[in-house]
Amino acid sequence: MTQQASVLYDAPGPRARQRNVVYTVLFVAAVVAAAWWLLDQLAERNQLDAQNWTPLLEAGVWTDFFLPGLLNTLQAAFLSILIALPVGVLLGIGRLSQHAWIRWPAAVWVEFFRATPVLILMLFARELYRLTGVDTDILPLYAVVTGLVLYNASVLAEVVRAGIVSLPRGQSEAAEALGLRRSQVMTSVLLPQAITAMLPAIVSQLVVIVKDTALGGVVIRFEDVMAQFRPLPTSDYRPSVLATLTAIAVIFLVLNSILTTFANWLEKWLRQRKKGTGTVVTADLMEEQAPGVRLEDTEAGAAGKDKG
Amino acid sequence: MFDFLDKPLYAEYGGILGAFWVTIELTFFSAIGSLIWGTILAAMRVSPVPVMRAFGAAYVNVVRNIPLTVIIVASSMVLADQLLWTLGGSDSREISFRVAVLGFVAYTSCFVCETLRSGINTVPIGQAEAARALGLTFFQVLRIVVLPQAFRSVIAPLASVLIALTKNTTVTASIAGIEAAGLMAAMIERESDKVMLVFAMFAVGFVILTLPMGMFLGWVAKKVSVKR
Repeated sequence: MTQQASVLYDAPGPRARQRNVVYTVLFVAAVVAAAWWLLDQLAERNQLDAQNWTPLLEAGVWTDFFLPGLLNTLQAAFLSILIALPVGVLLGIGRLSQHAWIRWPAAVWVEFFRATPVLILMLFARELYRLTGVDTDILPLYAVVTGLVLYNASVLAEVVRAGIVSLPRGQSEAAEALGLRRSQVMTSVLLPQAITAMLPAIVSQLVVIVKDTALGGVVIRFEDVMAQFRPLPTSDYRPSVLATLTAIAVIFLVLNSILTTFANWLEKWLRQRKKGTGTVVTADLMEEQAPGVRLEDTEAGAAGKDKG
Repeated sequence: MFDFLDKPLYAEYGGILGAFWVTIELTFFSAIGSLIWGTILAAMRVSPVPVMRAFGAAYVNVVRNIPLTVIIVASSMVLADQLLWTLGGSDSREISFRVAVLGFVAYTSCFVCETLRSGINTVPIGQAEAARALGLTFFQVLRIVVLPQAFRSVIAPLASVLIALTKNTTVTASIAGIEAAGLMAAMIERESDKVMLVFAMFAVGFVILTLPMGMFLGWVAKKVSVKR
């Protein structure tokens, strides 16, 4: 679409169109050359030989390795979001509390866990569970889920807060005028709307969670899709490491593309429907949510506000 | 209390400060690379040439949906181990560092690209139309009207990308123990009586690295933001 670029360019005239054809040819040539060079390197190391890739077509590779792994990935991801969501809502409300003794601990908790890398949390959780004698079969799952919950609850807390703050002021004012107490305003007026507005953001957070489970697969030895890169190339099927990693990447790509498409559809649907204020906390830029940055100050938060 | 830090195994990392220094180095080089490649991608995505736009969009949508872990492991096991790329590194430690930076650049540039693009999209089309109506040339429109506004609106999101990158460098632990997360992985298993202390040291290390950066750049962004 030329629409999005129109702040930079006018509709092209005849000369601009000619120039664009030249750019197109040069660009395609450059991409083809780069691809050729890479494929040539791979071929030199016999990476493109058929025997390295055909094992991926065998059913056993999928039934014994990828599908059980995918099941574990999904299990960890859904467990994490299910636990992180209520915790995140509590933390988010806590940060908006009128009582400083609730607001401050909630703020410190959220900022601390947003600033700590998930891997550090996973390593810590694994060691903690190991020392408390958790069964070694279930331990990696526990460690991965704990790490993901600690991090994502804090991220979702910020989303909840941005969701509530982005609601039109009239909502809480009207509720207060009706004589509702603050807790009632929160639970029966603000929160339901904020959660609805958050739905796209929650789904895109699921993408981040799914991607982070792969970290557990490598470092924590959690048997997810990613972890299959170790046993599969040495199994009887013998696909190459490159082929295995490519398959893993494609599995994640398909899974996350489905989730992203769903999040975008959800966002569009929420914006268009008649019911409610049409406020949406956008799914964009979720991944880079950083400690110390207030979500509603960024584009992602502001976009929701404009529509409110 | 901190005697255990003197063990020779940890000295390989240069101690806890040395490990965090490698984290900073990884972040620094990856940030510069991502900024360059991300800007090129963003330029492609807003260019008037359809093929470039398609390439930019495809790259971003594919790479950002693949876990960083997969990219980093592939950089190490395919680029370094199979294709024998050394990228000018002389020992395995240096090579791991360099292919990791390559992986981080490939991944993070997607987010840099999307941030820059959304920054350009925040500029109302009327601004450019008015500038063109005044007779400004393409580069004048870009330099005087569009980019100053776009740049001011991307400071906070770019800061977030930088902070996310700082935390993401821990993924290096999946290919080599050279930075903070690698040292923590080695340490926490051996010092089982000091699990809390080890965790606190590394977590606080990252808080010190990221929180002031986020607060400062968030403040700057608010200060310079374009009021509309």
